[in-house]
Amino acid sequence: MAAALPAPRWLLAGAAALLWACCGSAATDGIQDQAEHFFRSGHTNNWAVLVCTSRFWFNYRHVANTLSVYRSVKRLGIPDSHIVLMLADDMACNPRNPKPATVFSHKNMELNVYGDDVEVDYRSYEVTVENFLRVLTGRIPPSTPRSKRLLSDDRSNILIYMTGHGGNGFLKFQDSEEITNVELADAFEQMWQKRRYNELLFIIDTCQGASMYERFYSPNIMALASSQVGEDSLSHQPDLGIGVHLMDRYTFYVLEFLEEIHPASQTNMNDLFQVCPRSLCVSTPGHRTDLFQRDPQNVLITDFFGSVRKVEITTQTIPLDPNLGGLETRAPNDEMATEPLKYAEQLPVAQIIHQKPKQKDWHPPGGFILGLWALIIMVFFKTYGIKHMKYIF
Amino acid sequence: MAADAAGAEPAAGEKERGKRAALSFAAVALVLGLPLWWKTTETYRASLPYAGISALGSLRFQLTVPVSVVFAKGTLPGAQQRRLPLADTREEEILLNRKPSVTSCYEMTYRSATATEQAALTMATVQEADAALLLLQEDLLGSLTVYVIPETSPLLPQGIGVYIGKHRSAVMRGTQGPGDVLAAISARVQQIVQAMSFTTDSITTALSDRVPMDQLGTDTRRPFKSSLGYEITFSLLNPDPKSHDVHWDIEAAVNSYVQPFLDKLGSVANFSVDSQILYYAVLGVSPRFDKASSSFILSALSLPHVINPVEARLGSSATSLYPVLNFLLYVPERVHSPLYIQDKDGAAVGTNAFHSPRWGGIMVYNIDHPAPDKAPLLLRVDVDMVRVMEVFLAQLRLLFGISQVPLPEEFLLESPGNNGLTDWELDRLLWTRTVENIATVSTTLTSLAQLLDKIGNIVIKDDVASEVYHAVASAQTAMLELASGHLGSAFQASKEAVTSSERAFFDPSLLHLLYFPDDQKFAIYIPLFLPMAVPILLSLVKILREAKQSKKEPMKTD
Repeated sequence: MAAALPAPRWLLAGAAALLWACCGSAATDGIQDQAEHFFRSGHTNNWAVLVCTSRFWFNYRHVANTLSVYRSVKRLGIPDSHIVLMLADDMACNPRNPKPATVFSHKNMELNVYGDDVEVDYRSYEVTVENFLRVLTGRIPPSTPRSKRLLSDDRSNILIYMTGHGGNGFLKFQDSEEITNVELADAFEQMWQKRRYNELLFIIDTCQGASMYERFYSPNIMALASSQVGEDSLSHQPDLGIGVHLMDRYTFYVLEFLEEIHPASQTNMNDLFQVCPRSLCVSTPGHRTDLFQRDPQNVLITDFFGSVRKVEITTQTIPLDPNLGGLETRAPNDEMATEPLKYAEQLPVAQIIHQKPKQKDWHPPGGFILGLWALIIMVFFKTYGIKHMKYIF
Repeated sequence: MAADAAGAEPAAGEKERGKRAALSFAAVALVLGLPLWWKTTETYRASLPYAGISALGSLRFQLTVPVSVVFAKGTLPGAQQRRLPLADTREEEILLNRKPSVTSCYEMTYRSATATEQAALTMATVQEADAALLLLQEDLLGSLTVYVIPETSPLLPQGIGVYIGKHRSAVMRGTQGPGDVLAAISARVQQIVQAMSFTTDSITTALSDRVPMDQLGTDTRRPFKSSLGYEITFSLLNPDPKSHDVHWDIEAAVNSYVQPFLDKLGSVANFSVDSQILYYAVLGVSPRFDKASSSFILSALSLPHVINPVEARLGSSATSLYPVLNFLLYVPERVHSPLYIQDKDGAAVGTNAFHSPRWGGIMVYNIDHPAPDKAPLLLRVDVDMVRVMEVFLAQLRLLFGISQVPLPEEFLLESPGNNGLTDWELDRLLWTRTVENIATVSTTLTSLAQLLDKIGNIVIKDDVASEVYHAVASAQTAMLELASGHLGSAFQASKEAVTSSERAFFDPSLLHLLYFPDDQKFAIYIPLFLPMAVPILLSLVKILREAKQSKKEPMKTD
């Protein structure tokens, strides 16, 4: 009897300790899960293709849209070498810009999104449907530099953002050509065939934007659009100093949402779908997730907008024998007195001022002069008659 | 009247001429115009070997490994000794998506040791024996030799049953007991052969495109995909140049330790190595101060955010399109020294380094600072390159997919030493790379054929067609060589096949820009053909009607 009494208390204490230990291990398991969460997405690098398809001063807002997304994506970690930025780039130095070398995205000129470290890869007339499709499919002429290529592999998550003027089933490029939703879907299919992406997020901010993602049929694509078919995407706010509208509504609210994201945040895609309800945006944003394999609840915003690297600790080393390799250790040199290096003469002013005028080669008169003289001779003979010809020749 | 009659006569003649003219217009339009229009609007499409491509698409591999098992004196009883030399073939099916796809075929030849081999096997240490045996082998890529020594032989240390050397041979203990020795050791021999050539897992990983994603482990995401070249960059990050004057002899270190490794992999890809020193390059994370160890700590959770701010400054060659491997050596600032990395359990990491899949590695190099009163303003640091290269080489091997196969305790693996890579590890890499290359070629060509089939108006130039033919032929050669056990030539053929197929697929001329919806086609052709077609059709209708009427006329008057 006496022995039985302490036993239950001891048992109770033991049970309590066991429970507490279980809770403790469950808590650490939770943290472990959080850390392993990184690996769930299966991508190792991030790319972004940001396209602004319009030019001219009154389309200021499209350039501001694209540059704002570019700023956010850079802030969250994607480096310039992994961003392909296509802009007409005729805003900052436009003669109508009251503040040259700037592009503002908030009224009262609060935020300059142009800055001095913008790296535009395709500018001005290089933004064409052909170049865009070449970037996506990889069929680029061999002379193209590395910064203009999309060098993604099968473990890349790609963000594609397009803005401009669009219609039902097409998107207008620079007022002269258009890309249809069928071509875009085919381009994505060719990317999938060659495994040029792991997952793709396609965001489009144009009128009737939802028609552009209707025809997609490749796996692992998630698409967002600012308006449904038959609706127009509206712009947000004009600035009276600059004189044009500065941003589109959808992108404005997406950007407000992205301002709260930092590289370690756990916000998922469902929150992005709720951005800009009809009351704020006037148009109805749409999204498409049926081609995407993961549940949007599990997809982090930073999976596409940021570049969070997967990391593993190095636990092993390869033992090396320093004596075998014949390593000649150079004695540490002190600073050798070398003559200072200087640049070659870029502009030899003295030579230019004192040079003699170059003898220009004689060229026969060009088309205009010839035409003018032919006209004069014709008029002469018409008035005075052909019989005077023998005095000339 | 006469004028009427005169008017009627030429009217009939004119009518006849008019009929003939209309008919000849219609005839020219049909006979000459339509074929001409067809011919001039068709696109030039060279022929492609569709049959060969679909045969490649079914992708049945046979991987043959030639293995020779050599018995030393005293391992086999006399009766079994007399059965040698013996040849045997063992086949195994590797299932992919529950369908048999890859057959691995081990061609075993059993023989007894020659006198020189016997002498080599009785040397003092097993490393010397391995070196001596290398001279006696043919050493073909992909082949293996297993030497069986008596169970009581002192060559292998105590407790070790198998030794796998630096080259392509292994030494194992035979069994002592009665019964068929060949059958008894066959399981162990199979284990050795699989460790040194390929396992089911490694082949499944190589064919990862065809396997659903959830079945793959993290090992598939770490190594780089097979590419024709790689660019390796070694960077020294010095965030505090006013306290530390850091020197590293990178050129000599690369020549001694990294270059032999890259030379061994020379047949696999082209490598270019460069190095740089970056000043004032800080990590994106500020480390915490840990009072217990009076040092600064970088926890495992903050490591992913370290890389991004540095990456923008690393740069890469503008001309090369090869994937880049970055190896960074970070010398912490004086105020943040010493800096240690902690793993997720909170323990300090021995190597003080971490790596990122498909990107590269970072190592933190701590400097011993002398006492503050004796410290000079600028501390000169000479980096110990051996310690650094040991870590970088290990990370380099991991990023290339050269990982350890889990083996039981009694296996002793020889470390690769200064070469960085043993011959059989190279063989493992070549097996998986060859399979991966052929699978890539098959997918590329199949999707190219589908694309060209679906979109009828892409021009197929002659050089694209010749690249496709070359790719198909090389891929077939590679599969034949794999089936006959020649790994070296199979790998070269597969590399050629991949180069040709990539060139064909990514040819800039294959751009599908012309998508015409049907209403646009009508909009283009109607203004061209309608003005011409309407008069011809109407006149043809009129001619037919008149012909019918004139046929009825004679009947009527009759």
